[in-house]
Amino acid sequence: MTQEKQDTAVNPLEGFLRMERIPHIWCPGCGIGTVVTSFAEALKKEQLDLDKVAVVSGIGCTGRVAGYVKLDSFHTTHGRAIPFATGLKLANPEMKVVVFSGDGDISGIGGNHFIHAARRNMDITVICVNNFNYAMTGGQVAPTTPMEANTSTSPYGNFEYSFSLPTLAEAAGATYIARWTALHFRRVTKSIREALNHKGFSFVEVITPCVTLYARRNRLGDGLNLLRYYYDKSEIVHNADTRTLDITYQGKLVVGKFVQKEKPTFLDAMNTHLGNVLGDDYQLYGRLNDDRD
Amino acid sequence: MRTVKADPKGVLTGSHYLDGDYALAEGALAAGCRFFGGYPITPSTETAERFSERIPYVGGVFIQMEDELASIISLIGAVWGGKKAMTVTSGPGFSLMMENIGLAAMMEIPLVIANVQRGGPSTGLPTLVGQQDMMQARWGSHGDYAIIALCPDSPQECFDLTIKAFNLSETYRCPVFVMADECVGHMHEKVVIPPADQLDIVERKWYSGPKDKYMPYKNDADGIPFLVKAGDGYRFHTTGLTHDERGYPVINAEAQDICVRHLCDKINNNADKIIELEEEDIDGADVVVISYGITSRVAFRAVQLARKEGIKVGRLRLITAWPFCEKRIAELAPKIKAFVVPEINYGQMVREVERSSAGQTKVVSVPHCGGWVHNPLDILAAIKESVK
Repeated sequence: MTQEKQDTAVNPLEGFLRMERIPHIWCPGCGIGTVVTSFAEALKKEQLDLDKVAVVSGIGCTGRVAGYVKLDSFHTTHGRAIPFATGLKLANPEMKVVVFSGDGDISGIGGNHFIHAARRNMDITVICVNNFNYAMTGGQVAPTTPMEANTSTSPYGNFEYSFSLPTLAEAAGATYIARWTALHFRRVTKSIREALNHKGFSFVEVITPCVTLYARRNRLGDGLNLLRYYYDKSEIVHNADTRTLDITYQGKLVVGKFVQKEKPTFLDAMNTHLGNVLGDDYQLYGRLNDDRD
Repeated sequence: MRTVKADPKGVLTGSHYLDGDYALAEGALAAGCRFFGGYPITPSTETAERFSERIPYVGGVFIQMEDELASIISLIGAVWGGKKAMTVTSGPGFSLMMENIGLAAMMEIPLVIANVQRGGPSTGLPTLVGQQDMMQARWGSHGDYAIIALCPDSPQECFDLTIKAFNLSETYRCPVFVMADECVGHMHEKVVIPPADQLDIVERKWYSGPKDKYMPYKNDADGIPFLVKAGDGYRFHTTGLTHDERGYPVINAEAQDICVRHLCDKINNNADKIIELEEEDIDGADVVVISYGITSRVAFRAVQLARKEGIKVGRLRLITAWPFCEKRIAELAPKIKAFVVPEINYGQMVREVERSSAGQTKVVSVPHCGGWVHNPLDILAAIKESVK
């Protein structure tokens, strides 16, 4: 590369990232950055007004996404990104609100919020980066850790049953559900685009390698190897019965778009119902955010 | 600080017969609160019920969240979405909210939490009165920060102080607590709600400079940073981590020093402006009875009885519990024989009185573990004992 080229080299995500905060904290080989790139691609392709997109994260490695994206971005408390996003969306319904967080954050400490936001069909998108462990704190067992996998708090192998997140999401009422691995870059991007356009609770799970902890402890090789391994082990089954999506240790990964259906969102249901019951007295909510004008 | 007249849509002008819980909801609506994220808990539930009934006619959102952790943080989201927001709870729910009260303090979020106190600890006395969360209100979340807490002694004050709470929260960009109690919450009394044009409401301190220059934690001349609404193009970041003016995480002792001092000092340095007390016959008093909430009404009876017996008793009612009126206590301490502090707990705010008195006078605690108000005769006995 010539000196001149170096000077003008621009990160393709420059307008989307807080460049002053780069380099990021993620380990080499981590899959989170890939998912962020998919997300950026999705926003670009959808030509969304980035002023109207917010990212809310909880705590953990994926929780740091909010800190790097050049959007209205909120790094909240562990497990509470979804109810934060609920408040934000309801206060300012014109926004696209995206929760970007990890498996422990969303299905462990925040599991209750996950099922209730799905139940309400809250009009938000949840992107869950699933690396099968609590990585930020040093690789502890998570609700998503497959049986037998070794983690720092299951040093003799995990003996707890794990969550299949798409199963949980559908049972709770989510209206868009997809799962991919990070190496399905274009498919992740497409699913995020669909999720952003979906009216209602949309959920995209992305299986990613945690190189430093999960992979090393289980001797699964480096990031690229594991990324490739997950990809090769995956089988695309669109519209698969979500009860058949359990993940076993280094076993087959069923991926695809499982659910996409129409159902009134929380706000639509509220406006329709209260409008019907209260008639003209009802103050229709959410068409305009009129607090400041 | 810019004040405007209340939005008439939320103001139920007139003379009403309401309980304190309902009055809390009416105060919130009058103050411009248009988002309520709640979770039912006795004895505060009626506030959520009232808000859910009224808000469809006013324009806004009531959502019953799945737990108190969700309700408090939904408020923080809603404030960033541009709304004024409130929730209500009681002891166990207040405990669950603590972590995100810390987030609200850290993110400098104006919001209001009413705690209709019942007896604790744990599930304690769900239907019976307590004032046992006063220290928790001040210190409940981890780390150093400051908040404001107000104590209504009547349904009328539940209305008035909720408006005041919103105004203070917007002025100082911090969570404000309305520390009611079961007796005041369930007591029905006359509540007069004035016309909207007689209610002064503090507007959010909106930023109006160039969009790319906005910094969510850059102090204005008054020491309080500006707020914006998400979706307006500022593309800002905020975090519960220790942060700089831009809201970016900075994990070191220097940034922590600036951050924590700011969170505490913006309240402490303005304590004189914030604190509201009700005083009666303090000059020349031998004893001053300090109380708050329902206990101040019970203590009033004891004060009357003591005066009949010729004792010179003054009354000091903490309308503002936090920040604590330490200057005023320090000023009075050398002039009197004793402070008498009845409260429905095993001795909480009395510690502040002791600290502020700094040994200059006797401080007598009149504890009550909750479940009922004091017998005024017990307070009277303490007053008499204190002047011996």
